[in-house]
Amino acid sequence: MLIKMIPEIGHFALVIALLLAIVQGTMPLVGAATRRPLWMAFARPMAAGQFLFVAIAYACLTASYMLDDFSVANVANNSNSMLPWYYKFSAVWGNHEGSVLLWSLMLAGWGFAASRFSKDLPEDMVSRVLGVMGLVCVGFLLFILATSNPFERLLPNMPSDGADLNPLLQDFGLIIHPPMLYMGYVGFSVVFAFAIAALLGGRLDAAWTRWARPWTNLAWAFLTVGIALGSWWAYYELGWGGWWFWDPVENASLLPWLTGTALMHSLAVTEKRGSFKSWTVLLAITTFSLSLLGTFLVRSGVLTSVHAFANDPSRGFFILMLLTVTVGVSLLIFALRAPRVSHTVGFNWVSRDALLLINNILLVIITVTVLLGTVYPLLLDALGFGKISVGPPYFNALFVPLTVLMCVFMGLGPGARWKSMSARDLGRRVALSGVAALVLGAVLPLIFAEQWNLWVAIGLITALWIVLPMFRDLFDKTRNASSFGAGLKKLSLAYWGMQLGHLGVAVTIVGVAVVSHYNVERSVRMGPGDSVQVAGYEFTMTNLQARRGPNFLADTATIEVSRLGSERSFEMRPEKRLYIARGMPMTQVALRPGFFRDLYVAMGEELDGDDWAMRIQYKPFVRWLWLGALLMGAGGILAIADRRYRRRKTAEAPAPAAQEAHA
Amino acid sequence: MNRRLLLLLPLLIFLVLGVFLYRGLSLDPFHRDSALLAREFPNFDMVTLEDPERRVDPSLFQGEVTLVNVWGEWCPACKQEMPQLLDLADRGVRLVGVNYRDTRDKGLGFLEEFGNPFEVNIFDPDGTLGFDLGVYGAPETFLVDRDGVIRYHHTGYIDPSDVRDHILPEVEKWQ
Repeated sequence: MLIKMIPEIGHFALVIALLLAIVQGTMPLVGAATRRPLWMAFARPMAAGQFLFVAIAYACLTASYMLDDFSVANVANNSNSMLPWYYKFSAVWGNHEGSVLLWSLMLAGWGFAASRFSKDLPEDMVSRVLGVMGLVCVGFLLFILATSNPFERLLPNMPSDGADLNPLLQDFGLIIHPPMLYMGYVGFSVVFAFAIAALLGGRLDAAWTRWARPWTNLAWAFLTVGIALGSWWAYYELGWGGWWFWDPVENASLLPWLTGTALMHSLAVTEKRGSFKSWTVLLAITTFSLSLLGTFLVRSGVLTSVHAFANDPSRGFFILMLLTVTVGVSLLIFALRAPRVSHTVGFNWVSRDALLLINNILLVIITVTVLLGTVYPLLLDALGFGKISVGPPYFNALFVPLTVLMCVFMGLGPGARWKSMSARDLGRRVALSGVAALVLGAVLPLIFAEQWNLWVAIGLITALWIVLPMFRDLFDKTRNASSFGAGLKKLSLAYWGMQLGHLGVAVTIVGVAVVSHYNVERSVRMGPGDSVQVAGYEFTMTNLQARRGPNFLADTATIEVSRLGSERSFEMRPEKRLYIARGMPMTQVALRPGFFRDLYVAMGEELDGDDWAMRIQYKPFVRWLWLGALLMGAGGILAIADRRYRRRKTAEAPAPAAQEAHA
Repeated sequence: MNRRLLLLLPLLIFLVLGVFLYRGLSLDPFHRDSALLAREFPNFDMVTLEDPERRVDPSLFQGEVTLVNVWGEWCPACKQEMPQLLDLADRGVRLVGVNYRDTRDKGLGFLEEFGNPFEVNIFDPDGTLGFDLGVYGAPETFLVDRDGVIRYHHTGYIDPSDVRDHILPEVEKWQ
């Protein structure tokens, strides 16, 4: 009996969560404004209760999937009794309703975490932060209950089996990619809440930035890894070897990442130097707003994309209202409460402050570029100028030079001093690295590749220009210590986090530059016994057979691969699958990953006889793309582990680590 | 005073963007074919992808119901759509491709790899025909009747159920 009621229990839990969120979003905020401790004390219990009930609702939906309850419309449309259990588990967020529920669960989770790790914050600050987060939760829970109820039933005519999960989503990458990405998106709600709370409390000092920094880093690290996972998934699952398509939905995730990156750096300036105060607050609001905008673009159907969920105009309208209210009210508060007089602390144009300002300006320009490219078709359409499409050429033409320009300053940043330094001193610190980067970057492609390529050389020079000054800086920082090892020990985790993050950027740049220009791709016709040479490897089809998987039929080719002139060989098995429930064909790529190159074999169309069109690719350094992103994420996490965040009680006194620079 | 106005700027920018997003909601990209329906296919005089010497114009559509598919090698969804187009070709539907904003090599490579359901492909590297068609992105598909008039428009990827529920009935209707 109770099992049959699971969807209703879930629905009911959502309603309770909404009520708790409403209390969380009102009482503490009013309490903070009118200085009533009892009202403010509502914040923490409500955050915990709301998280509990959203979690119950989420568990109920997962249970409906696991138990194959096809009377629930959401389960019937997105699952099937033949689906393996782990895909039933992940199918929960493979559709619009379930993914908004996951989004809300994470939002409530971040709120709960903020309520737990805020013991040392002033009570009114906590109340305002949790109050703001409660209001955002109210918006999303209302959205679910009003337009996207995942517990809707198909009664009395329930289907005997489900329509199956989209085969593209039946994959390990898709089990982890959306949760990571959402953790990032939603995580920015915490720093957003901090910013609004600081505005409301009129407390725009360095303190709020110190509290907000670890949360920002954590959200940013999740988002970085989430985007990388998405790119990795597209690479091996879609079957044509690309890793970034400038698709509106990809752009939607890149936008908050870009402003989030700017935010991390500007938080550093505000905390250390007390400048850029209003700017930092604005970036915090913008970053979360762009997360919401991404949601709107993906779910409202205003843009066409392979990723887009099924559209429903009422949903689009609701999200737009949610977006307008959240962002509009935040920006209004910003306009009214941001400091009227700028207390900008003076700095010299040759200083870390100035370099970080340039970094922020460039990141914002890049953000606007990507945003314009994404919504431009929409703008022209709305103005009645007809339809146009903006493709990869636009993005590459602007994004690549701007990124290179930013990296020029990025190489200078870590070695620069706060406030001011002589241009000569800065020049002396980076001159050697600059020359070495130029020479090595220009020569390396000559040595290791058959053809010299300007863009690869630029990519390598850029990457080396970021990395080499880091070593110089390490040397400078440890020079005065008794030994090199002792000097290293004195460096803070935040410093290592920054270095690791920058190293990650350099590694990604190398990957992008090399794979974009030295990628070898051949489309060939192959049957059993045929053999072809690509990029120094010999590919021979030794077998072709049909097999039956749990919910699909497949043609599997066995390809024996060996390096020319080498005895050793290995097998690769690309597949062409037909998923039974949806009648949808899918390409299952065979990959031979390696640190310096991937081999990539995909089956195309069946030709006459036993022949197939095969696409064989040699992708040098492609792993570096994602490796770099992982390093960036690790850098973000490392910076959080810095001891000054763990010693809150003494945080008022300048911690020893604070003397070091963290950009 | 001036600074306060400056602080209002982000709000104003956002409100302008919001208005466009609201307009965008009513301009659903999947239902914006009214301007083209029942009109003649835009005039063009272009070479084909397969043969740079061969020129084609709207007389291509005279006498037979034709499905015109706008595609490009750079377009992910076009690759997913190919099996459905090949299926349509197998069922005897006449297909003409518009190779949109592509290079000749890439376009031909695409057909070799993913199959070629098209009788002929119009080569449109600069997107001029695509512009006249009001193409927003690839893939897009138009049904042209035997007199060269556009009768049906599908935006985005065609999945197997679209073939069954929309494309085939429309083709039969105008046959």
